[in-house]
Amino acid sequence: MQRFSAWSLLRNSFSGHRNWGPQWRQATLKSAYDAIIIGGGGHGLGTAFYLASEHGLNNIAVVEKGWIGGGNTGRNTTIIRSNYLFDESAALYDHALKLWEHLAPTLNYNVMFSQRGVMMLAHTLQDVRVFKRHIHANRANGVDNEWLTPEAAKAFCPPLNIGDIRYPVLGAALQRRGGTARHDAVAWGYARAADALGVDIIENCEVTGVLRDAGGRVAGVETTRGTIRAAKVGVVAAGNTSVVMKMAGVQVPLESYPLQALVSEPVKPVFPCVVMSNTIHAYISQSDKGELVIGAGTDAYTSYTQRGGLHISTHALEAVCELFPDFRRLRMLRNWGGIVDVTPDRSPIIGKTPVPGLYVNCGWGTGGFKATPGSAHVFAWTMAHDEPHPINAPFTIERFRDGHLIDESAAAAVAH
Amino acid sequence: MLLIPCPYCGERPELEFVYGGQAHVARPAADAQVTEQQWADYLYQRDNTRGVHAERWRHSHGCGRFFNTLRDTTTDRIVRSYRIGERP
Repeated sequence: MQRFSAWSLLRNSFSGHRNWGPQWRQATLKSAYDAIIIGGGGHGLGTAFYLASEHGLNNIAVVEKGWIGGGNTGRNTTIIRSNYLFDESAALYDHALKLWEHLAPTLNYNVMFSQRGVMMLAHTLQDVRVFKRHIHANRANGVDNEWLTPEAAKAFCPPLNIGDIRYPVLGAALQRRGGTARHDAVAWGYARAADALGVDIIENCEVTGVLRDAGGRVAGVETTRGTIRAAKVGVVAAGNTSVVMKMAGVQVPLESYPLQALVSEPVKPVFPCVVMSNTIHAYISQSDKGELVIGAGTDAYTSYTQRGGLHISTHALEAVCELFPDFRRLRMLRNWGGIVDVTPDRSPIIGKTPVPGLYVNCGWGTGGFKATPGSAHVFAWTMAHDEPHPINAPFTIERFRDGHLIDESAAAAVAH
Repeated sequence: MLLIPCPYCGERPELEFVYGGQAHVARPAADAQVTEQQWADYLYQRDNTRGVHAERWRHSHGCGRFFNTLRDTTTDRIVRSYRIGERP
């Protein structure tokens, strides 16, 4: 692997940057591996990286039906925060946030992690109470979160209109450690680092069946490029998890919905932070390219189409225009949808399944990007040890039967 | 936005409707024989079909009535709609 450094940058500049090699191999598919990861998004590639780097499992394939990072990893609004209400969630998301803080040096890849602060707006008395409760719960768990008056919110984000709107801003919860990262770089950085440790990344390889042996254990997968045998299979297939798990005869409590996002035409730096509003429903930040990145809600109905209704994105734009009147004349450049797998309690499912050797990491719903390193890290641990890491131990499939729900529908922020 | 054929009012825009989730989910008989797993399945497990999906809609800003549709979740095309009590 070519290491990136100031020196390598300088050296390549002399040849006009024409001699950078490929970042990872075009791996040839073998007929057997120690473990297979289904799904080449950030969570799946990260799982392969941590299996190889921390658990000595190098004989791994990541199979992806499209191209890596082409699913929700490349479709989200790149917001990172850990201000979730319950102890279980705070531990999981803050584990991720701590890994984000060192991800670039770990991967030797610039993931453009920027802790510019995530501010969540309160527009009603109920919002104020809920956010203050979140702040106290977060601080008790060692997660930073603070209450801002409307004036302080305006000072932190000058384009914000706090008064002259239908639902005035009554205050805000600010997590200063939150921010954004470059989503593609996360997939590429994990792919490159995993590849350097011997992981085979197989694109354009769709799983069509899950093999079981006579004892019921997982024995491998059938794919569009042939049979691959492995004793351990990890499913990290986001919106298509239900489809893959049905191949193994396991039903997971998920429903797949389209979630949309948009970007505006690029402008000079005008927006210093991330702002989210649950109540009137919009979230917005500015990318390093200058585009305003805007998140909309999910459609009402389940779908696998990777597009959503125009009225959903229109609704988000109306909210943005009211909160930030300066942006009313900006044009939107692109909009798109991704398919998010939503659980009944808006918390993920990470762990073992009723099938020995089959593991699942799913149900991230509308907010999986922020958790990428933490999710991958604990899932790799789970696959390596055949038991859940203490952080993901509460996030089982069985919690729905046993009544131990982790209800984060308020913290999930996106309207479902 | 979907154009949804209400069996009572005809085709109307999606904004007139409220989605009611998967159709034909039967509540288990309310007796002590129902296991925790059966109850959890009834509350939380849905087919999440990739393909033709039977689902409920309510024409809340129209006739107010519930009905079912068959919709292909890979294209969002509605195959047809039918009244409550009818089978797809």
